Amino acid sequence: MGFAREHELHRRRFGRNVGIGVVLGLFVAVVFGLTIAKVSANGPAVVEGFDHVSPPAQGAAQ
Amino acid sequence: MTDASTALSSTQSPEAGFGDYVALLKPRVMSLVVFTAFVGLAVAPGSIHPMVAFASILFIALGAGAAGALNMWWDADIDAVMRRTRNRPVPAGRVAPDEALAVGLALAGIAVVMLGLAANLFAAGLLAFTIFFYVVVYTMWLKRWTPQNIVIGGAAGAFPPMIGWACVTGGMSVESWLMFALIFMWTPPHFWSLALFMKSDYENAGVPMLTVTHGRAATRRHILVYSLLLAPVAVAAGFSAIGGPIYITVAVAMNLWLLRGALLIARRTEAMAELDRYRIEKRFFGFSLIYLFAHFGALLADRAVAGMGVW
Repeated sequence: MGFAREHELHRRRFGRNVGIGVVLGLFVAVVFGLTIAKVSANGPAVVEGFDHVSPPAQGAAQ
Repeated sequence: MTDASTALSSTQSPEAGFGDYVALLKPRVMSLVVFTAFVGLAVAPGSIHPMVAFASILFIALGAGAAGALNMWWDADIDAVMRRTRNRPVPAGRVAPDEALAVGLALAGIAVVMLGLAANLFAAGLLAFTIFFYVVVYTMWLKRWTPQNIVIGGAAGAFPPMIGWACVTGGMSVESWLMFALIFMWTPPHFWSLALFMKSDYENAGVPMLTVTHGRAATRRHILVYSLLLAPVAVAAGFSAIGGPIYITVAVAMNLWLLRGALLIARRTEAMAELDRYRIEKRFFGFSLIYLFAHFGALLADRAVAGMGVW
């Protein structure tokens, strides 16, 4: 059922939802940016070798 | 019929706007935290990836905001009585106390975990301790119990540059303690000058500020004594590894001005202050804000100049 008329309350609720959406979007962007920064700082071999031994070629490339 | 909630007027509505949640995080306090934490991070020896630096400052600010929300949750009764704070989201009824608690706890958890992932565990631990200190030690315990609330509680506001420093170095040092000491010693004269011209606000709220427990004359003397203690600490930072010619010049000038203001306040009586509506006290309070920004700005300037190889 739709609302018959727009109320200030609905505008506030919409503003809040948009605000939270933007904040969540920014949070995702920050996590992504951090991931890129960490991977590029440590090098792909370290990331690849996190849970196993890196292939010799990549290990030597470090 | 339309949505039942449309019958409520905007002032009666329990629906908070996004701005109310932002206000819950005390954005003005946050700006000071962001600035001092950034300076702590910038002047620390070593390098940090710009993205890691940005994320670290962001999560330190978020942690400070979480502490602010928890403070507003606990202090809603006091805030409702004081003119300065009665329009905050919780006492004004725009945000429910339980909601403020939930927001505060959630953001505190996110901030600490994310700082640990972005920077290091030491910085994250320091941030967690800062939030604990501000919420539990200052807000819940000291604020309503002792006139020394501002003195000891000021430590919470003094930690951000140490956290910024820890993000780069993974530890602490004399320099980061000097930045801590600068804010720690600055806090009492700053808040006591505010208490002088907020008149009966703290008394009405039952907060044992120095003006309430020891009187205004004693508060004036305390401002002078703490300013005398602050000045050497502020200048001393200039002779450490983070100091330089710009900082020493700014610190000497600012502290002479601070001591002059503190002396003026100490010499005044309440009758004199009433006559000019606390002009000197208000000016001292405003100056104290500039004082802190100028000191940390000078540290940043010295670092920038040193980075360019000028000296």
